[in-house]
Amino acid sequence: MAEVYLNSKFVGNVDNPLEFVQKLRDERRKSIIPQNLNVYYNERANEVLLETSKGRARRPLIIVKEGIPLLTERHIKQLEKNEISWSDLIKQGVIEYLDAAEEENTLVAFFENELTLEHTHLEITPLAMLGYCTSLVPYGNFNQSTRLNAGSKNQKQALGFYASNFAVRMDMDVNLLHYSQYPIVNTIMHDISDYSKHTSGQNITIAIMSYKGYNMEDAIILNKGSIERGFGRSTYYRPSVAEELRYAGGLIDQICTPDKDVKGYKTEKDYRFLEDDGIIYPEAKVKEGDVVIGKTSPPRFLSSMEEYSLASSTRRESSVNLKHGEEGIVDFVMITENEEGNRLIQVRLRDERVPEIGDKFTSRHGQKGVVGLIVPQSDMPFSANGIVPDLIFSPHGIPSRMTISHLIEMIAGKVGALAGRYVNGTTFDAEPEERLRKELLSLGFRESGVETLYNGQTGEQYQAKIYIGSMYYLKLKHMVANKIHSRARGPIQLLTRQPTEGRAKEGGLRLGEMEKDTFVAHGASLLLKERFDSDRTVVPVCENCGIIAVKDNFKNKSYCPICGENVEINDIEISYAFKLMLDEFKSLGIYPKLQLESKY
Amino acid sequence: MPDIISEYEDKLPPKIIEDIKINLPKGTSDTKLRKIMEATHEEYKNALVNPGESVGIIAAESIGEPGTQMTLNTFHFAGVAEMNVTLGLPRIIEILDGRKELENPMMEIYLKKPYAAGKKIEDLKSLALQIKETSLKNISNEFTINIADFTIEIKLDKDKMKEIDITNNKVVDAISKQLKGYNVKDNKDSLVLKARSKEDTFNEAYKAKEKLKNITIKGIKGISQVLPVKREDEFIIITSGSNLAEVLQLEEVDSYRTSTNNIFEIEHVLGIEAARQAIINEIFKVIESQGLNVDVRHIMLVADTMCVSGTVKGITRYGVVSEKSSVLARASFETPIKHIINAALVGEVDNLDSVVENVMINQPVPIGTGMTSLVVKAQPSQKEK
Repeated sequence: MAEVYLNSKFVGNVDNPLEFVQKLRDERRKSIIPQNLNVYYNERANEVLLETSKGRARRPLIIVKEGIPLLTERHIKQLEKNEISWSDLIKQGVIEYLDAAEEENTLVAFFENELTLEHTHLEITPLAMLGYCTSLVPYGNFNQSTRLNAGSKNQKQALGFYASNFAVRMDMDVNLLHYSQYPIVNTIMHDISDYSKHTSGQNITIAIMSYKGYNMEDAIILNKGSIERGFGRSTYYRPSVAEELRYAGGLIDQICTPDKDVKGYKTEKDYRFLEDDGIIYPEAKVKEGDVVIGKTSPPRFLSSMEEYSLASSTRRESSVNLKHGEEGIVDFVMITENEEGNRLIQVRLRDERVPEIGDKFTSRHGQKGVVGLIVPQSDMPFSANGIVPDLIFSPHGIPSRMTISHLIEMIAGKVGALAGRYVNGTTFDAEPEERLRKELLSLGFRESGVETLYNGQTGEQYQAKIYIGSMYYLKLKHMVANKIHSRARGPIQLLTRQPTEGRAKEGGLRLGEMEKDTFVAHGASLLLKERFDSDRTVVPVCENCGIIAVKDNFKNKSYCPICGENVEINDIEISYAFKLMLDEFKSLGIYPKLQLESKY
Repeated sequence: MPDIISEYEDKLPPKIIEDIKINLPKGTSDTKLRKIMEATHEEYKNALVNPGESVGIIAAESIGEPGTQMTLNTFHFAGVAEMNVTLGLPRIIEILDGRKELENPMMEIYLKKPYAAGKKIEDLKSLALQIKETSLKNISNEFTINIADFTIEIKLDKDKMKEIDITNNKVVDAISKQLKGYNVKDNKDSLVLKARSKEDTFNEAYKAKEKLKNITIKGIKGISQVLPVKREDEFIIITSGSNLAEVLQLEEVDSYRTSTNNIFEIEHVLGIEAARQAIINEIFKVIESQGLNVDVRHIMLVADTMCVSGTVKGITRYGVVSEKSSVLARASFETPIKHIINAALVGEVDNLDSVVENVMINQPVPIGTGMTSLVVKAQPSQKEK
């Protein structure tokens, strides 16, 4: 007697649970009972669980009866001709959806050739267990799972061709790869998802060897000739926006070239690109600090109004200029109106990004790396045919990561490039390696994929034979030009008088608490003091009452607000953040009395 | 020869002198011996920590860095019957926080000679059962409250009582000692308790019944599980639950080697120096078991800091940090407002002696190069005169 539960509620008992469960499943396949029912028989607990609740994750499998799948060639032909659809197959009982519990009662085969009499279901395709980006990785079943994850993530950051109407769109931070290609080693998912309409990378020749130590720790070495011929070249677009806002009282911003007497006028040189209407012209070459849209705003009401104020009182300058590190050529100017009727100007900047040291590239197998060196083509190792690799990859990245698909893709890519065909590298269903190697042999190359290379600088033959092939490489959006940042002296915050934070505000890098600990551990006491000097101020302190006094620079006298003028006032050097803390104590009603002591 | 060695008695630590005496080859001439002692003295001076070295931070970094490599889970021992032990980072946190309530208190009870050999297994087993705490609920079958005359009846399980060798009298004694205000009557198979005071409510009776269930009948309070194991030719008892004070009083127990992993108990029974050594041993055990290598001196410094005040104080804002003399240092650790306001109420003076305060006000830190100050008094130059 087995207990039967429907949606976790007890509904009754059955005498022969196996028959009962089989009957339910048969009726479900014939659509007599609803198809969102899943039946699970737990033998150990002797319970039958029926589930119809919403939100269960279910997946489709092909039903197998006595070792033969119910999905036949006829069905496939009908599907190809569009005579039947997916839901027809479900209704006919050829394919059914199973949830996690019912799958426990099944024996699922991966491929048709491994079916036995005991199997109950067959996978439609084993590729279905992967998501979209992961199924784009060729030969994925030869990889460690962590690397598949990483490969999937990296592909999402690759540059490519995101929309064909990019010229009329104003998208922020757009990257476009100039010469993107369809991968030679591809999977069935590339075809299903129309990858050819939005490709992301390029097929290049890569060699796996160490070269002068510049490709250690995942760095890669690029061929200067390949870069000059267009490898990894991309363009970076970025719009700047200005809007004519309306303020209370009928005042409005104005987009124009500011006059010399507006408040905050920069130098004349900064406005040199603006035309009569205050907007920059296309194809102007601009750098940081240059104004691209001139704009003036009415004066803020927060500032004190003088009694005799002229009607055309000083407007403020509020032009849009380029931030630190930005540069490029004005690509497109759009003059339009926003939904409130205010004039809206958008200026799109275009910057060509040629690969340089620091740019990030990746293969599709989670092997990302930063360019370590760019070598002139004449210095690159060459083969007897004259083939020179575009990219040199370090062999140290392979053993611990176990990304064998990286190596197989090189052979497959080599075969595809030489034979002039695409190679199917679908995970679980790829062209077998043996066949590829035989084909490589018939094309006139070693079946192991290695070749004899010669040193580009000395002409000597390398003692070891080098593994060289063709792979699909992607350029990622982390380019060094967007990240490089330095500061010697620069803007400081208003409140704490300490350096600002962030690259956009030309900030400094924080020397945090743990970094302070390293200085203390070395015993470098005065170095620590110097590092924390960024907000150093000299304040006068009254000896009598111990609080910060006032120094009058005009009369050149110091006095204490509490004790008056006839007290001894000494100057001390403290950090401004400390003075701020004393002010905060005073605001709590606490009297922080400083007792001074002479240093000597 | 011993004269030359004794010359260095105040220059070298005793252990090194002992080592030299043991390892000295026979027939060493006096000049050679003097050279040996001089060289040892030089090495010793070089090995001393320089004054001004910030040992505290280095100890913290040396313990903290392997800490990031320790797993946060408890390992499972390969041994079959070993109990749950807190290992790894949670155990170190437990020790350094000075927690009085441990997750897995454990004792290792070493036995005196005749028992340790394990010749009389029944003796060992009976000893183990003696130590294990049995409460009233383990030997009783049923507790009933009779509302009519406000009595509680306890039905006793004779078999279990025989196992641990307990008579009804002992039970009655235990109950009367631990539960006041009730008369206990022995009815052979059950015990009846009647309240002494005339007024009694159902609530009181219920509370008394709950309290009854937890009364210790036999064994040492706190010891929940007992396990005899054989370790290197002798039998020891490992217990889950810790009560050092009472276990040491048993005559079969070898009080020289028995220990517990509860630092607070060790401090209570054996004193602060023993607690300091126990802290060092426990932390070292954890770090070693993870395969990491930390010099014991760093751990010794941490243990010293915890015990310096005379009682074991954890490294928390209630423990060691609250002992700090500087207001700003305490405020910069946790709960700033509370410390500042309390300091302002009593007019505390912060002498700015230590590291944190001087970093806050941007003055040289009294560590390393900042420990020295100028002795020269600046004189006005001749030209100004």
